[in-house]
Amino acid sequence: MIALRKFWILLIFSGLNLVAFAQNGHGEHPVNPSGQPAHPAGPAEEHPEATGQESHPAGHADPCGHSVRIEPEFNAGENAVHHIADANAIHLAGDTYLHLPCILYAPGHGWTLTSTAAFHPHHHGNGTRSKDGYVLLHGNIMRLENPAFAQGAFEISDYTHEDTTLDGKSKTLYHAVIEGQCEPLQAKSTFDGGIMGGGITNFYDFSITRNVFTMLLTALLLFLVFRSAASAAVRRQGQAPKGLQNFIEPFVTFIRDEVAKPSIGPKYEKYLPYLLAVFFFILGLNLIGQIPFFPGSANVTGNISVTMVLAVITFLITNLSANKHYWSHTLWMPGVPALLKILIITPIEVLGLFLKPFTLLLRLFANITAGHIVILSFVSLIFIFGDAGRSTNGSVAGIVASIPLSLFMMTLELLVAFLQAYIFTMLSAVYFGSAVEEAHH
Amino acid sequence: MLFLGDFSVIKPEPGLLFWTTVIFLIFWFLMSRFAFKPIAESLKKREHDIQDALDQAKKAREEMANLQAENEKLLAQAREERAHILKEAKEAKDEIIAEAKERANTEYKRKVESALQDIENQKMAALVELKNSAGRLAIEIAEKVLLKELANKPEQEAYAKTLVDQINMS
Repeated sequence: MIALRKFWILLIFSGLNLVAFAQNGHGEHPVNPSGQPAHPAGPAEEHPEATGQESHPAGHADPCGHSVRIEPEFNAGENAVHHIADANAIHLAGDTYLHLPCILYAPGHGWTLTSTAAFHPHHHGNGTRSKDGYVLLHGNIMRLENPAFAQGAFEISDYTHEDTTLDGKSKTLYHAVIEGQCEPLQAKSTFDGGIMGGGITNFYDFSITRNVFTMLLTALLLFLVFRSAASAAVRRQGQAPKGLQNFIEPFVTFIRDEVAKPSIGPKYEKYLPYLLAVFFFILGLNLIGQIPFFPGSANVTGNISVTMVLAVITFLITNLSANKHYWSHTLWMPGVPALLKILIITPIEVLGLFLKPFTLLLRLFANITAGHIVILSFVSLIFIFGDAGRSTNGSVAGIVASIPLSLFMMTLELLVAFLQAYIFTMLSAVYFGSAVEEAHH
Repeated sequence: MLFLGDFSVIKPEPGLLFWTTVIFLIFWFLMSRFAFKPIAESLKKREHDIQDALDQAKKAREEMANLQAENEKLLAQAREERAHILKEAKEAKDEIIAEAKERANTEYKRKVESALQDIENQKMAALVELKNSAGRLAIEIAEKVLLKELANKPEQEAYAKTLVDQINMS
């Protein structure tokens, strides 16, 4: 009964948020004073925002691309991609941000400890001041390439973006406009080796980002809930379970009896804490990511870095606890001709060792990210129908179309949140089980 | 063109990798130590307790059944004993009655016999006395007759006759 009631509350809240989001949308995309729609097509139609900022000296034609001040045509895809990404500051509402600590490292420059507040973020999470060579663009920290700005603070009048083609790949270049000069920016380093358009750049970001903050919050919440259930279990020894304890224990017994015991066998107890930890960690993050406003909405388990860490831990536990039987079947399958083993079986099995955690990390990441993108796309219907806030009637039509679709998707995502946490745990248990399985003759 | 930022979620980032590792390892350790261990232990203990309680209940039920059977046996035994005692009592009663009867009979017979004996004795005594009296009377009569005869013959004869009549009367 209570779970159902919570579910409805969640749904109602999400509905309310959609409306709030819609109103916000009207505010975020200002109509220019002449009443004509702000159109980004030509520089001649550019209008400076009525936010009281000093107009940038580069004027209407920045040599290094389009100003980020110009609102482009609403693009649902870009909007979704922006919202599922990690960020250095948490956008609460309007121009209000929850500032987070920044821990930055630039080779040759050293560590910089600051907060996103130091960048004086204004509209859209764009900082108006640089700090030790770092700037804040769309809530993400970037670093100026020019070493002249590596120390101290500089006023930034504008940011620009420009599409170029580099080595056959289209790439967006960002610049900060400081004292009328375009200064190129670099994004933080990533470990994708350039395959996904990232790579090692001029700095590393170890900040407490939105995702890290959400992870800490979720871990803390889960710990408090479980600590309370555990102390109740100890205190009420010999009594029937009650309340929170009664809510938590079925999950624990489920993982123990339906996941750990059948998959691992008699040695399950050693692996149970990890399975429980990973299950509740993923479930907690999945669920909190579904809340469409602060402190939720962060796409943590839909970020490949997070799922990669979890998959690597599963990989390490599997291979560190594997017995002779497992290795013999992986590296030198008995009962198969030697030539076949060398040519086919062993390479496939060794590849399989790495494919297993890879599928694990990809499955969770893809499912959660896809869910977020679909919901964001349905919410985007409001802006598409409403012509990005210029047509009220269109917005209403968008809301009518968007709410049932979003509602359906959120319900589905609620299922996916449980399902993906379960699948990750289940497959981890199966891998552990295959690693500790004894030869049966 | 992706203006707001490229598809960054698919790029492994050093910061997020580092923090996820740190947070998850701490979470794993703390949860194992302070939450999962006590919960798993209490669950195990409770399962044990429930199994024990069930086993005990089963045992108690069996014991109950045993006790009941024993009770029944005892009851049957008691019933049998009672019947036995009753039977014995009846026999004893009959015996006593029979004995009493026999004794009464014997006594009665004895009494009757002694009464008869007494009667016989009395009769004999009476006869003896009668004989004695008769003898004496005969002698007295004879005496008187003799005395009379000697005085008057007719009177003697009449007298003798009277005497004889008297004897008959007695």
